[in-house]
Amino acid sequence: MNAEQTILLTGVFAASSCALVGSFLVLRKMAMMADAISHAILPGLVLAYFLANGPNLVFGVLGASLAGLTTVFLVEGLQRTGRVKSDAAIGIVFPALFALGTFMISRYFANVHLDADAVLFGEIAFAPFDRLIVAGVDYGSQPMIVLGAITVLNLALILFFYKELKVATFDPGLAAAIGFSPVMLHYGLMTAVSMTTVGAFSAVGAILVVALMIVPAATAYLLTDRLALMIGLSVGSGVVSAVSGYYLAVLIDVSISGMMTVTAGALFGLAALFSPSHGLVARAIRRSKLRERFAADLLVMHLSHHRTAAETFDSLAAELNWSPSWLERVVNRSTQEDTIQVESEAVRLTDNGRLAADRIAASLEPAR
Amino acid sequence: MLDLLHDVIFDYTLRNVALGSALLGIVGGVLGSFAVLRRQGLLGDALAHTALPGICLAFMLTGLRTPLVLMAGAAITGWIGTLIIIKVVQDTRISEDSALGIVLSVFFGIGIVLLTYIQQSNNANQAGLDRYLFGQAATLVQSHVITMAVLGGAALLCVALLFKEFKLLSFDPEFAASIGFPVGKLNVLLTSLIVIAVVIGLQTVGVVLMAAMLVGPAAAARQWTNRLSVMLGLAALFGAAAGVSGAMISVTASRLPTGPMVILCMTAIVIVSLLFAPERGLVWDAVRQRSSRRRILQGGPG
Repeated sequence: MNAEQTILLTGVFAASSCALVGSFLVLRKMAMMADAISHAILPGLVLAYFLANGPNLVFGVLGASLAGLTTVFLVEGLQRTGRVKSDAAIGIVFPALFALGTFMISRYFANVHLDADAVLFGEIAFAPFDRLIVAGVDYGSQPMIVLGAITVLNLALILFFYKELKVATFDPGLAAAIGFSPVMLHYGLMTAVSMTTVGAFSAVGAILVVALMIVPAATAYLLTDRLALMIGLSVGSGVVSAVSGYYLAVLIDVSISGMMTVTAGALFGLAALFSPSHGLVARAIRRSKLRERFAADLLVMHLSHHRTAAETFDSLAAELNWSPSWLERVVNRSTQEDTIQVESEAVRLTDNGRLAADRIAASLEPAR
Repeated sequence: MLDLLHDVIFDYTLRNVALGSALLGIVGGVLGSFAVLRRQGLLGDALAHTALPGICLAFMLTGLRTPLVLMAGAAITGWIGTLIIIKVVQDTRISEDSALGIVLSVFFGIGIVLLTYIQQSNNANQAGLDRYLFGQAATLVQSHVITMAVLGGAALLCVALLFKEFKLLSFDPEFAASIGFPVGKLNVLLTSLIVIAVVIGLQTVGVVLMAAMLVGPAAAARQWTNRLSVMLGLAALFGAAAGVSGAMISVTASRLPTGPMVILCMTAIVIVSLLFAPERGLVWDAVRQRSSRRRILQGGPG
């Protein structure tokens, strides 16, 4: 496997493992908890480095997972005291832990290869050179293998506990009532998030882990209402951002992980604008249609209440407080629907229009 | 101790560092109080991260490293980021925390792309942009401090003039709207002032930890009082104390980045406040609970 393939596959695994847990974070409104965890694992890593006397995979994963869970525990404990709100609790805990980590690094490890910049950015381009060697046998790129394993683990977790996670996410009360423990699931998910963060951040860095967890999942959330499809779409858009981000980064010679985030952001932007169900454009179109529908109904009702006097364009514009162009648009629409007719400036209801007015009036009556 | 005090007053670098971080603490504390009361503590975090591409773009466009230029760039992208967050929360089904996470991480990604672009274009002047990540108070010079003082003073003046409006906006926005306050405009103004506080902090504590400079002093001050005016004063005091002590440690002990040291000092203040503040302190809570449990068990007068 050459270097490019290794980097690409590492990116694909990073994006997939993050997107799998990210979907649940977005649905459970815990995106900023991922941000907190990704920063707060730094002291855990430093401690692991210290205990193992150097970089060590097992110690690193354990230390960072522990730090991640500590973060969740501290944030929720602080919230429970009732002295600070959840946003402030997050804003106090993760900077404190991250600061502690950077302090430990600059105080005790200033001369070794472990710096806060690397934690923040990561460097996926180094993935091919970081080998997993056990008992003298080279098994391949360590980040790639670790992330591949985490992807499989996350997938297994979601497949195995799919029903439980689904109920606990959408209806925690029901989940508790039918005997799933929301607390266990919550901490299980948080453990998965911590482990995924540890695995992914050596490749893409702490802050961009947040991007890979939240952005593709949010993109998918704009495209579908079905959980299984959302998970699939978020993995898909994560993988697309990873691959296209890689090639773009190579093309203009910039940070690969940074570019992956940018492409993920671009996909989110596209979904936010053009999603057929939840996009801004579709929403604007729906609104303007609804507005026209409402105006046409209002015109019919207005005419049916003023049956005696013939209404002209001018009197209608004045009474309804509509601009002439908007009035013309509504009149045209209503003429097409055959609810009104225009004879030499006078606007009248047709028979069809009178029926329509009765129907609207009936629909406005409170139900008996 | 006296030597340090002497140096703070007479040593050029130390004086600038102390003044700069005190300023940051005061402005961050006051504006952070409003952010925390409005449950927008993490907006500061997002805003700080959105500043990174602004700093890079300002440098790429002007080729200057003048703080005012970079601050302007940071403020502009911070602003754009805020608008996107508001738009996404208002008009899509994405919740606020996801919107914050998206804007924070994507803007930071753009910043990193720009940073690496600047680095590979091998511009000799680029050194030092990455100090905005963790802050380096030791590089503050007098002109920076003056810039910070002017910006921060303007922000504080705004708060003083609109104190009543901001107070109502923080505690009862519906009532504020019903008596005819321009709630939307006040909202935008308050958020813009928070952008200023973030921008002031970039050089001292850096992008990554700026959130704590807004949340920490406010959360600590909240424990000591139920009055907004007292809370603002205390938050300013706590912010300044953490800023100055953290910056001093970082400057005197070599190689410790300023941001983390300031945040650690801030965290200490928060912990002490949470535990020992009169009335709300958790320690007094435990004491009260114990004594009332004993009273009930003994069946004494209740």
